[in-house]
Amino acid sequence: MTLLSVRDLTVKFATRNEPVTALHGISFDIAQGERVGVVGESGAGKSITGFALMNLLSKPGFIDSGQILFEGQDVTQMSDRAVRKLRGNRMAMIFQDPMVTLNPVLTIGQQMIETLRAHRRLSYDEARQIALVKLKGVYIPSPEERLDQYPHELSGGMRQRIVIAIALLLDPQLIIADEPTTALDVTIQADIMELLLELCRSNMVGLMLITHDLGVVSQVTERTLVMYAGRIIESGKTRAIINDPQHPYTQGLINALPQQTPPGTRLRQIPGSMPTLSMMPSGCPFNPRCELATDLCRANMPDITQFGEVQVACHEVQRLQADLNTAEAAQ
Amino acid sequence: MSETQSDSPLLRIENLEKRFDVDSGFLESLRFRGGRIRRETRAVHAVNNISFDVNRGEAVCVVGESGCGKSTVARMVANLLTPSGGEIHYDGQRIDTLHGKALMPIRSKIQMVFQNPYASLNPRMTIGQSLEEPTKFHNPTLSNGDIRDKITGVMKSVGIDPAWTARYPHELSGGQRQRIAIARALTVDPEFIVADEPISALDVSIQAQVLNLMLQMQEDHGITYLFITHDLSVVEHFGTKVAVLYLGSICEVADTRTLFAAPKHPYTKALLSAVPQLKDDSPNHIRLKGEIPTPIDLPDGCPFQTRCPMANARCRAEKPAAFQQPDGAIVACHAVEEGRSEPGVTLQEAV
Ligand SMILES: Nc1ncnc2c1ncn2[C@@H]1O[C@H](COP(=O)(O)OP(=O)(O)OP(=O)(O)O)[C@@H](O)[C@H]1O
Ligand SMILES: Nc1ncnc2c1ncn2[C@@H]1O[C@H](COP(=O)(O)OP(=O)(O)O)[C@@H](O)[C@H]1O
Ligand code: SF4
Ligand code: SF4
Ligand SMILES: [Mg+2]
Ligand SMILES: [Mg+2]
Repeated sequence: MTLLSVRDLTVKFATRNEPVTALHGISFDIAQGERVGVVGESGAGKSITGFALMNLLSKPGFIDSGQILFEGQDVTQMSDRAVRKLRGNRMAMIFQDPMVTLNPVLTIGQQMIETLRAHRRLSYDEARQIALVKLKGVYIPSPEERLDQYPHELSGGMRQRIVIAIALLLDPQLIIADEPTTALDVTIQADIMELLLELCRSNMVGLMLITHDLGVVSQVTERTLVMYAGRIIESGKTRAIINDPQHPYTQGLINALPQQTPPGTRLRQIPGSMPTLSMMPSGCPFNPRCELATDLCRANMPDITQFGEVQVACHEVQRLQADLNTAEAAQ
Repeated sequence: MSETQSDSPLLRIENLEKRFDVDSGFLESLRFRGGRIRRETRAVHAVNNISFDVNRGEAVCVVGESGCGKSTVARMVANLLTPSGGEIHYDGQRIDTLHGKALMPIRSKIQMVFQNPYASLNPRMTIGQSLEEPTKFHNPTLSNGDIRDKITGVMKSVGIDPAWTARYPHELSGGQRQRIAIARALTVDPEFIVADEPISALDVSIQAQVLNLMLQMQEDHGITYLFITHDLSVVEHFGTKVAVLYLGSICEVADTRTLFAAPKHPYTKALLSAVPQLKDDSPNHIRLKGEIPTPIDLPDGCPFQTRCPMANARCRAEKPAAFQQPDGAIVACHAVEEGRSEPGVTLQEAV
């Protein structure tokens, strides 16, 4: 069943001149309990997507058009109050910096109990009991003591675990995690990712995992969206995208990883860098960096089409598909 | 000093130590203990008794988790920080005790590149000015024309259009800035580059551009690297040798291939198993329990004992010394030394 359905979502930022477009009409779905990865380099629009879904876009940014259907209701049309109720309750967000979520002057227990009692009719003791269960769920050692500690008394990994416990407090249907382990060390990252994976699996919670780390996406998610310059340029099963990417940018991203070339040899770099919002090239946004770019690419933005197991926005992929079709028809 | 033997290491680090005092004021340092007020200053033990060599042409990578002392080692080697103990030798000469004029030739031989491509260039200077400054300083005899030629040369070698000398750092992308930072290090013809997480703040496609540049400099100019990173895939690609640090101490030093093929220290094993693999969707890393001690209150014995699945009584009492394995790896671990392969207790504990 579809949990979240995003249709033609366009987000813009007001500037002194014309508004600039950060998301160009993106569409995607997340099914109940499905784990979806969103990858791309910095500035691709990953975080903006997450913020828009939670209706957390802040000032110069605004949703220009499109729909965000969560459990059938359009978040973009809801009252502030209704959205606030949805947030935390049905959807929760985890950020790179746990201190965005944690209040430094409240103990862990106070924050958890307050959150619970703001959304549910619970006695203090009942709320404390639930908080304890959730802390145990994220394998916090000596959870009773932690309830009385302040965030600064805990390590970064421990804080991020607590943020996950808070995100899970009200049994949400969807968790949006924006680079939740980027600030952490690999051994801690591995623990946290495993924990998120396990919790989403066992509670059938949908996960939108925003990251630039293809290894993490490969281990945690079932489906992947690849973003570039405010568009989803390729999407499909994570395995298909990692093993057989079709879009030249996705291919470039995977090929550029050090593990893709023998030690000591040159890496396959992508020339240039991502365009800024105010200097978007016409046509396909990747064309200044793409080896395959043609005049068509410089003139028109390609549509998204199916190719094998994945959906891709690329003129050359479409041409390849057309050639394959002709060859098949000729046989 | 001038008789440089090619087989002796270019850089030799011996028993290097660094402590930072954390209580700076007099009152802060007062403690009430044993019924009396005493003055005690607490110190961060950032680097504890580290030794390793870097041979000419090598790229030695230092890895480990945040706060383990990687940058502190780098800054001591680049002479930006004075060690609390131990010695640093460069090309047969002890350099950690040099001051003022005596330091000058070393400063041009060893250059440092920092993590943050935004902070490493002065925002108010054009790219040309940023490159001119060290070139003039280290080559006072060069004419203005020669300096310009030199700058044009290094800019070309890092793949930046020499016409960009008039631009300011904010007009460049992160990757371009980092290439300029590397160009800046190259203007003085260094032999040795200490690079502290030079690509960590960059995107994957840009990381590849900068790493390729560093590989090319190694081939073209025979530059030797001390490369600080926390990214093990970069280590495997770029490093010839790896030093694994944990809480300021060496766990393991080995050739890159040896380390990745046969990691020995329990921490190295956990670290390697935690790297998410691209082609494998079954995470199966070694789970570490326990907390990381602070470098202020280091436990007696092995610094990894609180998280080590193999820790026993000896580990809690006695700090393991580094010793060499048959395959050349240097490992500091009692379990490895004793040939213990299973988590368990020693005889004494069992009794
Ligand atoms: N000037 C200082 N005063 C006090 N403590 C310091 C100082 N500089 C570093 N430290 C401490 O020394 C230890 C090692 O720091 P260092 O910067 O070398 O770590 P690192 O391995 O480079 O970490 P990262 O991966 O986060 O860059 C840390 O505990 C740090 O907090
Ligand atoms: N307040 C803002 N004003 C103008 N542009 C912004 C603002 N916040 C973000 N952007 C731009 O929106 C684009 C997408 O940003 P973001 O979603 O944060 O990228 P990602 O998370 O993929 O790194 C970037 O080009 C960024 O510079
Ligand atoms: S549409 Fe053209 S420029 Fe864009 S990725 Fe495809 S081939 Fe390259
Ligand atoms: S010395 Fe003991 S605690 Fe330290 S790594 Fe070896 S087995 Fe673990
Ligand atoms: Mg972001
Ligand atoms: Mg550092």
